[in-house]
Amino acid sequence: MSLLIDPEIAARVDRLELPFNAYGVDPYGASKKHLARLFTLLRFFYRHYFTVGVEGMEHVPVRGRAMLVGNHSGGIAIDGAMVITSCFFELEPPRLAQGMAEKFMAQTPFMGLLATRGGQLTGLVETAEHLLHDERLLMIFPEGARGTAKLYPERNTLVHFGSGFMRLAMKTGTPIIPFGFVGGGEAIPTIANSYALGKLLGAPYIPITPWGVALPAPVRLELTYSAPMRFEGTGTEEDEVIEGYVEQVKQRIAGLIEVGRERRRKALAWSRGAEDEARIEGETGGTKEEQR
Amino acid sequence: MRVLIPGIGGVLGQRVARRLLEQGHEVIGIDRRPWPDAPPGIELHNVDIRKRAAEDVFRKRRPQAVIHMATVTHLVEKTAERYKINLGGTRAVFEHCRDWGVEHAIFVGRHTYYGAAADSPLYHKEEDPPMAVTTFPELSDLVAADLYACTALWRLPNMVTTVLRMVYTLGPTGHGTLATFLRGRHVPMVLGFDPLFHFMHEEDVTTAICLALEKRVQGVYNVAGPQPVPLSVVVRGTGRTPIPLPEFAFRAALGRFGLPRLPPGALAHIMYPVVVDSEAFRAATGFVHQVDEVRAMEEFRNAFPVRG
Repeated sequence: MSLLIDPEIAARVDRLELPFNAYGVDPYGASKKHLARLFTLLRFFYRHYFTVGVEGMEHVPVRGRAMLVGNHSGGIAIDGAMVITSCFFELEPPRLAQGMAEKFMAQTPFMGLLATRGGQLTGLVETAEHLLHDERLLMIFPEGARGTAKLYPERNTLVHFGSGFMRLAMKTGTPIIPFGFVGGGEAIPTIANSYALGKLLGAPYIPITPWGVALPAPVRLELTYSAPMRFEGTGTEEDEVIEGYVEQVKQRIAGLIEVGRERRRKALAWSRGAEDEARIEGETGGTKEEQR
Repeated sequence: MRVLIPGIGGVLGQRVARRLLEQGHEVIGIDRRPWPDAPPGIELHNVDIRKRAAEDVFRKRRPQAVIHMATVTHLVEKTAERYKINLGGTRAVFEHCRDWGVEHAIFVGRHTYYGAAADSPLYHKEEDPPMAVTTFPELSDLVAADLYACTALWRLPNMVTTVLRMVYTLGPTGHGTLATFLRGRHVPMVLGFDPLFHFMHEEDVTTAICLALEKRVQGVYNVAGPQPVPLSVVVRGTGRTPIPLPEFAFRAALGRFGLPRLPPGALAHIMYPVVVDSEAFRAATGFVHQVDEVRAMEEFRNAFPVRG
């Protein structure tokens, strides 16, 4: 086994309820070996690099088709990565959330390949529908690439939501589990998006941060899931009806972002308070044990 | 039933013919290619499907069913001749079917009809458009033949028409596009790309075609067996060595250094997947594949071991 794979995580990958074949590949091209490597890496970010606060995990079903629908937060896919990681580590048995990636990924050498091996497929309605028929867990960001383009001051706002996910959810009878993600904008505070650089690299744009490149800062992230929303219908309703439903989901997500911000504020205030206390302790010569 | 098979001389045609004979059908074949060791029960006509003599076979023998397998890929024929065979031949088959009271016609097509592209969906449904015309123009005649066969569904309402889009074949005969690509010791791949490949064992291909005949299913169906696997797994599973080359180097190296010769459009098929959803065919015919992907690769590997 590779050095980059934690045996514990490999054992957890074995418990994923996916139809892997004799080579450890599932029908969509996700591979066990790659997933183990991926989650070994993501665990470091999830548990050590960032501080991730997760609430409402019980709303994510462990089996059956479902759609995680949330906001984009941060210029690169930290949000998606952390959602996938939370489903893998916090659910029993673990579950693979499958995102719908931008089409440019598939055209870029290695990028599309690595995404596919990790179960992250090119964003196409046909593929999404097939995944839901196979009772998979889909992760959808209805803001699309517009969402990752948010600048730092806009980090906790929502831009236009596409409505494709709603029609698909109604057509396939899939519950929507809204989630709000906070902190991605602090991890990658985008001051500008370079479309020229993006064109050069084959991506829609490249986010620029105060420290130049879009490397994330080790900040606190908050992820909040809420109770499933179900919409009755066939998915062929008029645009006005569908948009009304999309608005309901959007409002729920806006609320979850506020919940996350509040939790983040408290957590940061608490940790600042703890730092202050520690400093006072240090100055007065007291120890932690005495304080308790 | 009296079954006529244009293209009986091909590997798959021969297998289907033998199977139908075993099942007690009367089998008649048309092919320009000879089949010297054909079983005695099979009636062979060494004629070109586009020529008058072929129509005479329809006229005299009055088959109840026709399984059209007389199409060729880029690996066999040069372009102009291939267009004639694939388009003219398919037209001739369906016209004779109309004129001589054939009850059921089966067109055996290919899943590459859908084409491979970065934005092609995983698991094509039958209604997906044929992107192959843009991604791989060399396949456009096969796409056209497929679509032409589909028109029989509304043009010839008195006849049952079945259009099958079969995934790649892999097995001990080494027949088919994928097997040809895997023939050498080294198999080129495009660096940074490893698409899913969908294939099934020739035994299952035969079973599927015979089931389509038996169940008399009307319509267009994707036909697949086991789940697709990444190309790198196919290459290693068949005992070959993958050679990942950057895209530009790949184009330059084709046909040299023992690498297979491929038309430029084929590159898309090594970079992006073509996989199909065969749910409808399974539901309509009760088809279940017998050979999984692991055994299909093993059998090919044993039949074509790497030399040296």
